[in-house]
Amino acid sequence: MKKNILILSLIFAFSALSASDFEDFGGMKKINKIVNEFSVKLQANEQMKSFFVESDMERFKSKLAEQFCAELGGPCKYTGQNMKRAHKGHDIKASHFYKLVEVLQETMRENNVSLRMQNKLLAKLAPMNKDVINH
Amino acid sequence: MLKRAIIGIVVLGTTFQASAMSGKLLLTGGVSQLEGSGGGGLTPWAFIGSYATRDEYGANFHATEVRTQDYTVKAQGLTVGIKNLVELSYSQQVFYTQEVSSANLGKNDQFGIQQDTIGLKFKVYGDGVLDQQTWIPQISVGVQRKENHEEDLVEALGAEDHIGVDYYVSFSKIILNQSFLYNLTLRSTKANQTGFLGFGGGENDEREIMTEMSFGYLLRHNLVLGMEYRNKPNNLTNFEEEDWKDIYLAWAPTKNISLTTAYVDLGNIAVKDNQSGIYTSLQVGF
Repeated sequence: MKKNILILSLIFAFSALSASDFEDFGGMKKINKIVNEFSVKLQANEQMKSFFVESDMERFKSKLAEQFCAELGGPCKYTGQNMKRAHKGHDIKASHFYKLVEVLQETMRENNVSLRMQNKLLAKLAPMNKDVINH
Repeated sequence: MLKRAIIGIVVLGTTFQASAMSGKLLLTGGVSQLEGSGGGGLTPWAFIGSYATRDEYGANFHATEVRTQDYTVKAQGLTVGIKNLVELSYSQQVFYTQEVSSANLGKNDQFGIQQDTIGLKFKVYGDGVLDQQTWIPQISVGVQRKENHEEDLVEALGAEDHIGVDYYVSFSKIILNQSFLYNLTLRSTKANQTGFLGFGGGENDEREIMTEMSFGYLLRHNLVLGMEYRNKPNNLTNFEEEDWKDIYLAWAPTKNISLTTAYVDLGNIAVKDNQSGIYTSLQVGF
């Protein structure tokens, strides 16, 4: 059991030493690729597609990439609408929010983002549920 | 009997797999702990069992087996999550005393001490998964009412009662940034060996607050490695009772199936010392 604690402590120590989350995630190239594939998956998902029928997907993707970049501490500034405003008018339930996270997790896995970096991004996005879920 | 139950629920699970499972993220309803509440293997967590979101209902069956050198425990039950707010559970646990049955209890070797537990849990604060902007955990309060079927036997062993009620408060949090989860549960109880040896005894017949802790590290999105500690009372005059510990691995290959395996160290149980072994639990949700 002591050994386990030691291993866990070492994992935390190494995670604290990492240079930049944005770089570790794979930089802008990786973010753009993930955002593209993520958008395609959302538009194909039975539960999610209706939300994107009238969306300007090019704008959605560029704002989302900006947001991911900024949340990971990269050299971007999010210039889109605030989360509450952006989701107004859509009937978004908790299950939609979780589905979105699942699809994002799947996309990040397919792009070989480490679990640690996936969870770092999700930790930034998760609190937005309060502004996104409106049902 | 366990085997049949497992086959039964796997078949049932396959049937339900057809229905689209949405709901909360993998493993965030916890698994079903020994007494049937959503949690780790040994201890309840503040998370509400099942994948039901605030708009949904969900449920899962579990079948659990613990094998140590001299004993076997088999448990099965149902955990229902209502709107990610209330959890109901029912579980039957049988403690097979094997050779101790004939050597010490005057029973045959197939004898088991059965206990039924009804559980109720309410989330009172927070969301331990989504509220990543704060370190404050999700908080739930719960109750487990336990009825041991062997009234005469447990009283002969020195217990004061064969029925007991545990009250608990749990604090649980996933710290995504660190891929880490923790739980602290404080339980008010008189149970001897969770109730298998009755409630209260000659040494102590008062409620005591027990501390239970769990930690976990998210190895993959569907795999958690962790450890648990369950502090236990020591009420019986003739038998020592020790704290329980485990190292567990919980795996959710799909959204409606999870498998938990653990190495458990249960210490002294009645006439046998140093009981340790393997905990295995299958959970099927719908």
